Amino acid sequence: MARVTVDTVDHVAQLAHLSLTPEERQTFARQLDQVLAYAESIQALDTRDVEPMSHALTSEALRDDVPAPELPREKVLAAAPDADDGLFRVPRVLGG
Amino acid sequence: MSGLTGLSATEIAHRVAARDVSAEEVTRAHLDRIAEADGRIDAFLHVAPERALAQARRIDADVAAGRTPPPLAGVPVAVKDVLDVEDVPTTCGSRILDGYRPPFTATAVARLEAAGAVVLGKTNMDEFAMGSSTENSAFKPTRNPWARDRVPGGSSGGSAAAVAAGMAPAALGSDTGGSIRQPAAMCGVVGLKPTYGRVSRYGLVAFASSLDQVGPIARSVEDVARMAEVLCGWDPCDATSARIDVPVFTSGLGGGAAGLRVGVPWRFLAAGVDEGIMGAFRAAIDALRSAGAVVVDVDLPHVSYAIATYYIVATAEASSNLARYDGVRYGLRAGGADLRRMYGETRDRGFGPEVKRRIILGTFVLSSGYYDAYYLRAQKVRTLIRRDFEQAFATSDVIATPTSPIPAFRLGEKTADPLQMYLADIFTVPANLAGIPGLSLPCGFAGGLPAGLQLLGRPFDEATLLRAGHAYQSITTHHLARPPLS
Repeated sequence: MARVTVDTVDHVAQLAHLSLTPEERQTFARQLDQVLAYAESIQALDTRDVEPMSHALTSEALRDDVPAPELPREKVLAAAPDADDGLFRVPRVLGG
Repeated sequence: MSGLTGLSATEIAHRVAARDVSAEEVTRAHLDRIAEADGRIDAFLHVAPERALAQARRIDADVAAGRTPPPLAGVPVAVKDVLDVEDVPTTCGSRILDGYRPPFTATAVARLEAAGAVVLGKTNMDEFAMGSSTENSAFKPTRNPWARDRVPGGSSGGSAAAVAAGMAPAALGSDTGGSIRQPAAMCGVVGLKPTYGRVSRYGLVAFASSLDQVGPIARSVEDVARMAEVLCGWDPCDATSARIDVPVFTSGLGGGAAGLRVGVPWRFLAAGVDEGIMGAFRAAIDALRSAGAVVVDVDLPHVSYAIATYYIVATAEASSNLARYDGVRYGLRAGGADLRRMYGETRDRGFGPEVKRRIILGTFVLSSGYYDAYYLRAQKVRTLIRRDFEQAFATSDVIATPTSPIPAFRLGEKTADPLQMYLADIFTVPANLAGIPGLSLPCGFAGGLPAGLQLLGRPFDEATLLRAGHAYQSITTHHLARPPLS
């Protein structure tokens, strides 16, 4: 099984949009390697013909798709770091 | 703890209904207790006295007007800061929600308030409920009322400590891998993790969506049953909430333990349990036997893989759920030269080390090339664990284990070694993976620190857990012990 190196942490941090300090990268690589080494115990189990379980729901989760009132827009936007004209405002996406 | 702050939730509801005491007096007594004691415990992140007193006066006016008193009339409750209360800050123990005041109230909280409960404030927790000690709070650690140099457990450590210290007779917590039961055990109080789907999670900040469940903490099984009765039930705002009838838990409490089949997975308990905890556990099993329970041996062959499975499944789901903290819609925003840098800097500054660690692990196990070996395999082992319980419940009505293998540890004792911290969840995580209910109740002391008895039940059979727990508390006095904190 793959073990975690600083490069792995860098790659994964980029996927997760996390900026890490050099110390964090070192520490996480070491700690995650330990945790994954422990988690490898499950590789020893025979899981052929076992269905994966994604949740523990016992009843029908789907409801009818009926429109209902949502939260007031002003109230939701009031919680945003930056909003303007009924919309969330974000920094430049393209160019620069 | 004395006078009004020594009363149980049930006693408060009865006395407020009888106009023997007002909800306002009860609320003031608890707010005073918080003001006097919380400087030594740090259970609360935010206290909302005006909101609480306004609700208390509403209850008093209703009672005075002759309306039928609701079941939790005037009962003060502390709410873990993972549940939204409209216009009251939600931090989830994180800097990333800095300044956030939710525009709505969680269904669990709304149900309690509709039943007459009075929300006192929001309690401390491990950031995003990730932790077993409440030390991962971005704001402060909470101290155990039984020994202030020790942790209260976690992640609902603030709620459990508040109840143990008499700052609230009852509280709400959330439990993804033991976060209600383990702090309840370490603080010497009672905590219930209901069946997955039993309590609405609308307004609960998501950690691991296939595992998270909301539940009550109080000082007796009777009070927990009273809270659960109000909390459980279908909610159209939560697609995972179950349309299954909720029994009147309090009416079934007196059924006793005669003939109850208590399964004990002795093989699973053979190693790694503190001697004092094991002694208290054996005594609890003897007490249940003396009350007429039949103790049987059960085998759970795959639960030793539960921690490995849990830390793959839970972190994978967390990495996905926590993608929403991007500095756009609520809370903290940092940086801002362009969008990508804004995401990265916001998340770097907003998240603490344990949250980052779990996001990295969760993203890794879901990433290309590793998905089958980790995430998919863990989901399959989860099926095996659930089958273990199905088989065990063929010969037993409840399954008993210690809640935590160790009593409350010292602040800072385990922070340097995440894996050691994770391993302490060994007895609680299986219930979340299987989706079954679990109850933790005090069963004595280990080296002067509270020990917890955990009872696990069949899906949607909280009634049997509560009946068994109440039977135990009817013949023992461990739940009446109070911490020395003056």
